[in-house]
Amino acid sequence: MEIPYNVEERQDTGMYNAKLGIWLFLASEVMLFGGLFSAYVFLRMGDVTGAFMSGSNQLNVPLATFNTLVLISSSVTMIMSWVSLKLGEQKKFKTYLGSTLVLAGVFLVVKYFEYSAKFHHGIFPETSTFFAIYFTLTGLHMLHIIGGMIVIFYFLVPGAKMMKLESERFTNRIETVGLYWHFVDLVWIFLFPVLYLL
Amino acid sequence: MSGQPDTHHEESFWRKYIFSVDHKIIGLQYGITALIFLFFGFCLMMMMRWQLAYPEEPMPMLGWLFGENGVMLPEMYNSLGAMHGTIMIFLGVVPLAVGAFGNYFVPLQIGAPDMAFPKLNMTSYWCYFAGGIVMIVGFFVPGGAANSGWTSYPPLADIATTGQTVWLIGMVLLITSSLLGSVNTITTIVQLRTKGLTWMRLPFFVWAQFVTGFLLLLAFPPLEAAGVLQLMDRLLDTSFFLPSGLVVSGEILNVSGGGSPLLWQHMFWFLAHPEVYVLILPAMGIVAEVLANNTRKPLWGYKSIVYASTFLGFMSFIVWAHHMFMTGMGTTISAFFQATTMIISVPSVVILTAMFISLWGASIRYNSAMLFALGFIPMFGIGGLTGLPLGIAASDIHLHDTYYVIGHFHYVVAPGTIFALFAGVYYWFPKMTGKLMNETLGKVHFWLSMLFINGIFMPMFVQGLAGISRRLWDGGTTYAHAADTLWLNEVMSASAWLLGLAQLPFIYNLIKSMKSGEKAESNHWEATTLEWTDAPSPPLPHRNFEVIPEVHRGPYEYSVPGADKDFTPQSEA
Repeated sequence: MEIPYNVEERQDTGMYNAKLGIWLFLASEVMLFGGLFSAYVFLRMGDVTGAFMSGSNQLNVPLATFNTLVLISSSVTMIMSWVSLKLGEQKKFKTYLGSTLVLAGVFLVVKYFEYSAKFHHGIFPETSTFFAIYFTLTGLHMLHIIGGMIVIFYFLVPGAKMMKLESERFTNRIETVGLYWHFVDLVWIFLFPVLYLL
Repeated sequence: MSGQPDTHHEESFWRKYIFSVDHKIIGLQYGITALIFLFFGFCLMMMMRWQLAYPEEPMPMLGWLFGENGVMLPEMYNSLGAMHGTIMIFLGVVPLAVGAFGNYFVPLQIGAPDMAFPKLNMTSYWCYFAGGIVMIVGFFVPGGAANSGWTSYPPLADIATTGQTVWLIGMVLLITSSLLGSVNTITTIVQLRTKGLTWMRLPFFVWAQFVTGFLLLLAFPPLEAAGVLQLMDRLLDTSFFLPSGLVVSGEILNVSGGGSPLLWQHMFWFLAHPEVYVLILPAMGIVAEVLANNTRKPLWGYKSIVYASTFLGFMSFIVWAHHMFMTGMGTTISAFFQATTMIISVPSVVILTAMFISLWGASIRYNSAMLFALGFIPMFGIGGLTGLPLGIAASDIHLHDTYYVIGHFHYVVAPGTIFALFAGVYYWFPKMTGKLMNETLGKVHFWLSMLFINGIFMPMFVQGLAGISRRLWDGGTTYAHAADTLWLNEVMSASAWLLGLAQLPFIYNLIKSMKSGEKAESNHWEATTLEWTDAPSPPLPHRNFEVIPEVHRGPYEYSVPGADKDFTPQSEA
């Protein structure tokens, strides 16, 4: 038997199932990163040696600024891909979603150079609590980026056939991926000032 | 995140019973696995009780587990303690209460064909299963299973043997499982309620699962974060939880330092206090169903119970540091958490009082399910009330880390939650299998369990008030304070083993009734909720109902004046 509201909205809640599902998932993600940010605050308040200040000064702000712009652009292309689907322009959809994937790749490459520069200078997670939380937060964020890229790739290539067969359901799926992607973007918007600027 | 089971062709054995996407099969998988883990965790405890009653004496029959002379080493005792707690909570009680009962009966009670995300449901079971296996693997790594307590406090846990790493990996899997499960439960309840089933017409069991879902969703991630940090500490030599200048075995630890053991405690208890309500709310939900059905009366104060449980859910997020009064975090913070703790006791009392009043003037049917539900009320009452002195910072100084604490939370969870779960098994067994359980065996099971479980936990209050620490591996023989109350150790241990024997009628009953129990009517208990009134026993695979029912009234319309029978089904127009 069909599960109700899998594709169409339920009248009194105004949502299809997956949309509520992804919001709930994101709520738990807020608590996950919230826990880590709290740990950051807690450790920084107890930091008598100035490890946080000096650690933060060793990070590369121009690279991170560039990466912030890259991620924000990827969020814009993400929403454009969903809009294109809504308008039925499937070709544009592919271009936009593909750009999101490429921009995410750019982010990772920049992050790779940042990480290897740190390792090159002998800076590792065990160097200080600042770098410990830096590598944990950015590492976990990167895992989220990679997870998102896998899903985006799926909808771009092997999962794309659903676009023609069940276009409404496919559009919903892109919307939920988009919500997730904006969240990952948002996490970075918090990470950037907290780690690099403060 | 979507997909429907295909019901049009015969399913293979694997698809039907192992990698099933039917919420009922998954519920049963959860149930069976959780019961096995409960039994396993119970066995660990029975071994610990030997050591406490007869320290330095070789254990009969199982002595070979502990090397040549058959005496348990302190490290082994600590492992058993940590794993008993972990297994009972994360692999036993919660999966049974939420994974099994929640999964099986939430869709049925709200008139849904399945959970909202069947594949996610399957994934969450298999994550749970994998987490369980990883936890068991811990026993076989060098140094044995995790031995830093179920709370895994650093710095001890940071420098503990490999078992701790395995424990953390197991926890990450279990947290993933409960995350997927809670997303599924909440979405199901919000989206899949059938026509006419408004929020205030939901059976209280569904409400309880709903609030529990939010607790699991929002409280577990910080523990996952903490688990990641502890893994970093253990594997990548970071110092999240290690302060500067920490001395281990006479040498300063070679780490950067700058971390804080308190950080772990905050992150851990941020989960672990809401977890208490994850344990108790579904139990209250089950008890409410059983009470209403067997008193043949509406549940007294349905709306108050619903509001109380949601308030309980909110409050449970701001009481966690009452576990940390002794850490020196400061009196101002202690005062805050003491106040919130006193406040959170109010909704619990509201719920319990409403249950008590529901009994007033009822002609009660004393079947096995009802006996366990009735047992739950005073037992949870004792557990809850003994918690108050622990929530007050001043009296906690004396009681902290004594056997009093063990007595307190076991009264909440063992004769509290686990009794409620037994009530659930007896109440819903006919629905799940279409067969009846043996009532006589059920009553024997109840009365013996009731007797022996109090034999275990009541003396703990005495020992605890006398000041005996909960962490002594020799039961207190080397502890001057303990001398007067030492004899209680044997009483408690004997009760524990007898309690183990008292479960045999249950296990026999469960297996025997499944095979050759009497056939049950589809609405055997003459209940009002949809799973009894509109679904056959057992409900249809993959769709539950022949026709999705509509709801016209509240959940507990028993003995309505002027009605032709003493129960009016929710689906009756």
